Amino acid sequence: MMNLKAYKTINRIAGPLIFVEKTHPVGYGEIVKIQLENGETRMGQVLDTSRNIVVVQSFEGTSGIDKRASVRFLGDVLRLKVSGDILGRILDGRGEPIDGGPGIIPEDELDVNGASINPYARSPPRDFIQTGISTIDGMNTLVRGQKLPIFSGSGLPHNDIALQIARQAKVVDQKENFAVVFAAMGITNEESKKFIREFEETGALERATIFLNLADDPAVERLITPRLALTTAEYLAYEKDMHVLVILTDMTNYCESLREIGSARREIPGRRGYPGYMYTDLATLYERAGMIKGRKGSITQIPILTMIGDDITHPIPDLTGYITEGQIVLSRDLHRKGIYPSVDVLPSLSRLMNLGIGKGKTREDHKQASDQLYAAYAEGRELRGLVSIVGEEALSDRDKAFLKFADAFEEKFVNQGLREDRSIETTMNLTWELLSAIPEHDLTRISADFKKKYYIKDKGEKKE
Amino acid sequence: MGKEGSIFRVAGPVVVAEGIEAKMYDVVRVGSEKLVGEVIQITPDKIVIQVYEDTSNLKPGEPVENTGAPLSVELGPGLLRSIYDGIERPLPELKKMTGDFIRRGAYTNALDRKKKWEFKSLAKKGDTVKGGHIIGTVQETEIIQHKIMVPPGISGKIRKIKKGKFTVDEPICILEDGTVITMMHKWPIRKPRPVNKKLFPEVPLITGQRILDSLFPLAKGGTAGVPGPFGSGKTVIQHQLAKWSDAQIVVFVGCGERGNEMTEVLEEFPELIDPKSGRPLMERTVLIANTSNMPVAAREASIYTGITIAEYYRDMGYDAAMMADSTSRWAEAMREISSRLEEMPGEEGYPAYLSARLAEFYERAGRVIPLGTDDVSSVTLIGAVSPPGGDLSEPVTQSTLRVVKTFWALDAKLAQRRHFPSINWSLSYSLYEEILGEWFSKNIAPDWKKIVDEVKSILAEEEKLQEIVQLVGSDSLPEPQQIVLEVARMVREFFLQQNAFHDVDTFSELKKNHMMLDSILYFRDKAEVLLENGVPVKNILIMKSKNLIADSKFEKNYEKILNNAKKEIDKEAAKLLAEVGD
Repeated sequence: MMNLKAYKTINRIAGPLIFVEKTHPVGYGEIVKIQLENGETRMGQVLDTSRNIVVVQSFEGTSGIDKRASVRFLGDVLRLKVSGDILGRILDGRGEPIDGGPGIIPEDELDVNGASINPYARSPPRDFIQTGISTIDGMNTLVRGQKLPIFSGSGLPHNDIALQIARQAKVVDQKENFAVVFAAMGITNEESKKFIREFEETGALERATIFLNLADDPAVERLITPRLALTTAEYLAYEKDMHVLVILTDMTNYCESLREIGSARREIPGRRGYPGYMYTDLATLYERAGMIKGRKGSITQIPILTMIGDDITHPIPDLTGYITEGQIVLSRDLHRKGIYPSVDVLPSLSRLMNLGIGKGKTREDHKQASDQLYAAYAEGRELRGLVSIVGEEALSDRDKAFLKFADAFEEKFVNQGLREDRSIETTMNLTWELLSAIPEHDLTRISADFKKKYYIKDKGEKKE
Repeated sequence: MGKEGSIFRVAGPVVVAEGIEAKMYDVVRVGSEKLVGEVIQITPDKIVIQVYEDTSNLKPGEPVENTGAPLSVELGPGLLRSIYDGIERPLPELKKMTGDFIRRGAYTNALDRKKKWEFKSLAKKGDTVKGGHIIGTVQETEIIQHKIMVPPGISGKIRKIKKGKFTVDEPICILEDGTVITMMHKWPIRKPRPVNKKLFPEVPLITGQRILDSLFPLAKGGTAGVPGPFGSGKTVIQHQLAKWSDAQIVVFVGCGERGNEMTEVLEEFPELIDPKSGRPLMERTVLIANTSNMPVAAREASIYTGITIAEYYRDMGYDAAMMADSTSRWAEAMREISSRLEEMPGEEGYPAYLSARLAEFYERAGRVIPLGTDDVSSVTLIGAVSPPGGDLSEPVTQSTLRVVKTFWALDAKLAQRRHFPSINWSLSYSLYEEILGEWFSKNIAPDWKKIVDEVKSILAEEEKLQEIVQLVGSDSLPEPQQIVLEVARMVREFFLQQNAFHDVDTFSELKKNHMMLDSILYFRDKAEVLLENGVPVKNILIMKSKNLIADSKFEKNYEKILNNAKKEIDKEAAKLLAEVGD
């Protein structure tokens, strides 16, 4: 029996939390409706329940709520109404349409918290996704079912990169159902306009669902926005057989909301004030990427986060990096040099790369060529430090070749147009063009037969 | 107060119940769905329970029932080849029960109750037996014979013993006092299984990884900590150890791991072939997978589940190894639960008992004489640590370092340069080196220790020289030091770097390691002679023959290649000498 009694027994309000006494037994995680005296209603969720007191977190903040407000417990966890019609729609951070269209007629109502995929039911990701961006395809390959975040900094073009990926991502030689679910948390109105316009202009909107929680929307709402997006993605992937790309931006705002709730609950804080359970909480989001044996669809995630003070050891990027399968790191230095996309490949990594590349998937020489690019660029970058002390004249010919390579690598390989969609073949050819400026015997990461096949002879000497 | 009470409060994985009697760590069933939980605190009128499943919609007032027993695992034939979650629920069975997603409240036995095993008795009627004694065997997999033991704590005279096909819970032996022994018994996971005697670890655990076996060896029954910031290749090295180390039984615990990576393990292991027996590697492996999004309390338990299973096989006389990835996730699970209990936090929010728990855990490793057999056996523990931000001074790493004897420091910088395995040779150490040195001298080569020490000093010298090179470039170094740099480069690139994905290079036997190092030092000796005889250093550094040593990495007939490399070095050296003479 559902008890929909309204309680007027609020005893304390602190931050986004409302403490209610003398209730019937209320379930943990139950959804709550709060009615203000002026008739306005707000939604919330039970964070802590006991015989004495129930702690409710209001998704829309507590401003204007007083002890006279009444609280109703709805007897169920938060569910999202889903249907195939959710594609092409723009919704707010709580899943309500804001595009002027009709309400969504549900085919199903799903628990937004999802459930963990049985590790035994997962199918390992192995399909190469071509993003058309050389630094990703060539050196940090994305595969279906992966979660690969972009670690950015404020003012860097992470949103452009995310949009470019959303626009260009495809699995070579396959025409399949593809959808994008986009969740914005705490982004500005201006940024959101840009996203929507971009989706509309490229015609991508019809195969996308957009959730928008803007900077002036309540901060706590941000805690449910990504869950709504992922629930939608799961529905599209596992019920509608679609390959879904989920973009979550900006996870830093999400984590700040998590911290806000923690401090309002007077929890003992962990590192830098973030709650001790942030790792587990983030895992329940990121781990919703993947593929399941026997099901056609998949969920690939690209969460975006801005590193506070460009510090990669800050708890948010740090914990994220422990859960996701690698990271794409953007560099302020490259950005200042005018290079787009300013991906710093050295700290970047795709842990699932080896599953998605090689003969029959990308190209036979992909792994070795990529390792060689890493090694040569790392060496070139180290030499820059040396040059600033001793000058270029003091370098050996070998070192000079690597130094030159590093510059060419940034200008030609990393740098590309906002709308330049490079095929993997183009990226691989470019790789060899650059590597061929290094003497053949210094390419120690590549086997002799590949060098024979792909190395462009005399390239180095011509350049001299 | 009795065995049943009701829920008072629910806050995430922590549930408070009232009106119920319980001992610490008793297992309780919570709510109408009977979720499994464990008592972790007792107050005057209430008990605090950590629940191993999602607690959504659990309400105050729902029933709580005490089973009266601590959290235990089932031990018996059928463990090998299994894939469990943190509290020993078989994941393939769960999939059958609840589909692709894990729904709560699904329970099933860890061991198959229907499968019949062929039991061969070793003991006979009238024998006096006690805990740990082996009374019979079961061929569990083609390579592992499961020894059926009298559970610790039980003793008596055998009244009846059977042979034939039985399920794990059918009686196979009855003692005079009526005690029934089955092939399966339960053991509480937080209680170490008893042994007869602990021995000193003096035999190496051979891993086939050159840098580990040669420079930083681990002993059977020893402990190792593998800290690595993310992106430093930690997972690959753990997988390599699980695949290649010469332990007979491998227990791999994915504690708070990534789902996709765990799947890689689950997919990869069944396909791997054990290099020694030619049988699937899973026939000697137990996998425990509790991914980061599975309930946090089960993550806390997963480590204990793993070590208990490892100890069980140790008691049969086997060398078992357990790999835990990662113990930091385990520590974080403790922290999370501790913070829900509103305990006073220690350093960085971790509970004050963090280092005690870690020490207790690693103390369960060891080389032992088990209770019931004279075969020396062991449990080796390898724990990965994931220091936040790569900061090795954080509490989990530091507490781990205080107890483990081997430290394999993974280095993100090396990984970025694609130097794999990215183990930093100047930070890593092994305290077993001295005692294992004897074993290596006796079993591999008398000059093992001498050669390893020389290589280490070359690497150390390189590190010092690199600082100068950073400032002035390598050309301005004195000639002998340029040779050192070159030899060090050879050690790094030819020897230390090892390709886990190459069929041959993935495993390197001890003899090969010795020969490779010997060949590199052979070149160095030659180079020094050449230098003394006036050969320009430039010509020595570009000698082609030395690169032949690198070829041996990828070939099975390394002996031939290395012997040939030495010959070629001799020839090229002779030529250079002749040029100087002219």
